[in-house]
Amino acid sequence: MIPDDRLYTAQHEWLKVEDDEAVLGITDFAQQELGDVVFVELPAPDLEFAAGAEVGAIESVKAVAEIYTPVAGAVLAVNVGLEDAPELVNEDPYGEGWLVRLRLDGADLPDDLLSAADYEAQLAAG
Amino acid sequence: MQRTVLHRRHVEAGARFGPFAGYEMPIRYEGVLAEHRAVRERAGMFDVSHMGEIRVRGPRALPLLQRLTPNDVAALEPCRAQYSALLTERGTFIDDLLVYCLDPEDYLLVVNAASRARDLELVEAAAAAEADGVRVDDRSDETALIAVQGPRAAEIVADVVGAAAAELRYYSFLRDRPAEDEARRLVSRTGYTGEDGFEIYVAAGRAEDLWAELLERGRDVGLVPAGLGARDTLRLEAGMMLCGQDIDEETTPIEAGLSWIVKWKKGEFAGRDALVRQREDGCRHRLVGFEVDGRGIARHGHRLTLRDVPGCAGPVTSGAFAPTLGRAIGIARLDCGDAGPPAPGSAATVAVRGRELDCRIVKLPFYRRPKAGA
Repeated sequence: MIPDDRLYTAQHEWLKVEDDEAVLGITDFAQQELGDVVFVELPAPDLEFAAGAEVGAIESVKAVAEIYTPVAGAVLAVNVGLEDAPELVNEDPYGEGWLVRLRLDGADLPDDLLSAADYEAQLAAG
Repeated sequence: MQRTVLHRRHVEAGARFGPFAGYEMPIRYEGVLAEHRAVRERAGMFDVSHMGEIRVRGPRALPLLQRLTPNDVAALEPCRAQYSALLTERGTFIDDLLVYCLDPEDYLLVVNAASRARDLELVEAAAAAEADGVRVDDRSDETALIAVQGPRAAEIVADVVGAAAAELRYYSFLRDRPAEDEARRLVSRTGYTGEDGFEIYVAAGRAEDLWAELLERGRDVGLVPAGLGARDTLRLEAGMMLCGQDIDEETTPIEAGLSWIVKWKKGEFAGRDALVRQREDGCRHRLVGFEVDGRGIARHGHRLTLRDVPGCAGPVTSGAFAPTLGRAIGIARLDCGDAGPPAPGSAATVAVRGRELDCRIVKLPFYRRPKAGA
């Protein structure tokens, strides 16, 4: 059930690379752990982030989770639909619930990103 | 980690668990928002068996409880309950509790799980001074507690435990024996959600069956199991304090807006002298409610600062998204020095992850249920 068209971090984020752009979101496991999402805090356009930087936060009723980008890049777009419908992160984390689109800086992707199979194995190992 | 006798039922229902006061408790089933809404609109059912029950009886039980608690136990008629507290000599909270009067020489104290051992020690020490006049029993492990809360709770509970339950007044209770050979259960019209509702104290061995019966009967009207997550957002909307978080050993009932549980004329009780002084001198600290205007949530530990009262600030003790109101709310413990508590409507800010969220001080509670029939 974990889409194999993208990469994953050990912190339950996904990254879908399309040429020199990448879309960032959180995994189904992450949204289940968080519970009902009520606010999503996203970065302003054009802001530049280093790999590992905090780009925003997801607030559920009970908890808050910071969002980190595993890759360096500048913000091309954020999912403005989440302002009125933050529940999309719960309902469709791999699709309509995406968070941020970044323009990559051309550097190599970090080598600790996981394939779908490896991420699934990490989940299974608990 | 301890489990309640209903643990298996929660696993069957797909609960997510979390630690609370030494217990592995159900935090949510379907989701906090859905469970919260169910309680406000229909009904929800909570396992709160982690709560402690301490029985205090004997000819000296009444004077003992009068000395230990600030509310007036003598005013309590049989089959009535009252909200009260155990206080330090400084007038601050050791615990908040319910006192049930079974008869004038027989009481049940319902206390928080986290402070149960300390409460018991305190009551036992006081009882020792009464020689043979008081017997104290910790009934916590033999007693399960199921709360059924919401506008449809009365019909569900009446069907399962008997029609008399629906006739109970707020803070009244009945006791009955479900079967001849069974321990008595206690059904009170009380709760921690701001809705109409009941709390049912039942022998631990009977709890699983009762849980299943209530769920079965309530299915048609939309009763769902609800976890501690929804319990927390419900009680916060209703402006109810959580002991150990909003009120603690640094907080008095006056500071918490709970002066009504302090009965000045009933005679001596623990903490009275300190409270009398505070009533005369005023208090620096105040627990106040606030609403966040923008998007974002102030949570426990964040700092709230009044905009127009220099130096008036303090930590958020409870903060959450309020599902019924659609925005974030919270309680903060402000130190306003000589300025006194801020008026409702006062502007404030809360620092959240480097951002300043705009807030307003508001009167508690945040939510009041619509009057029946309205």
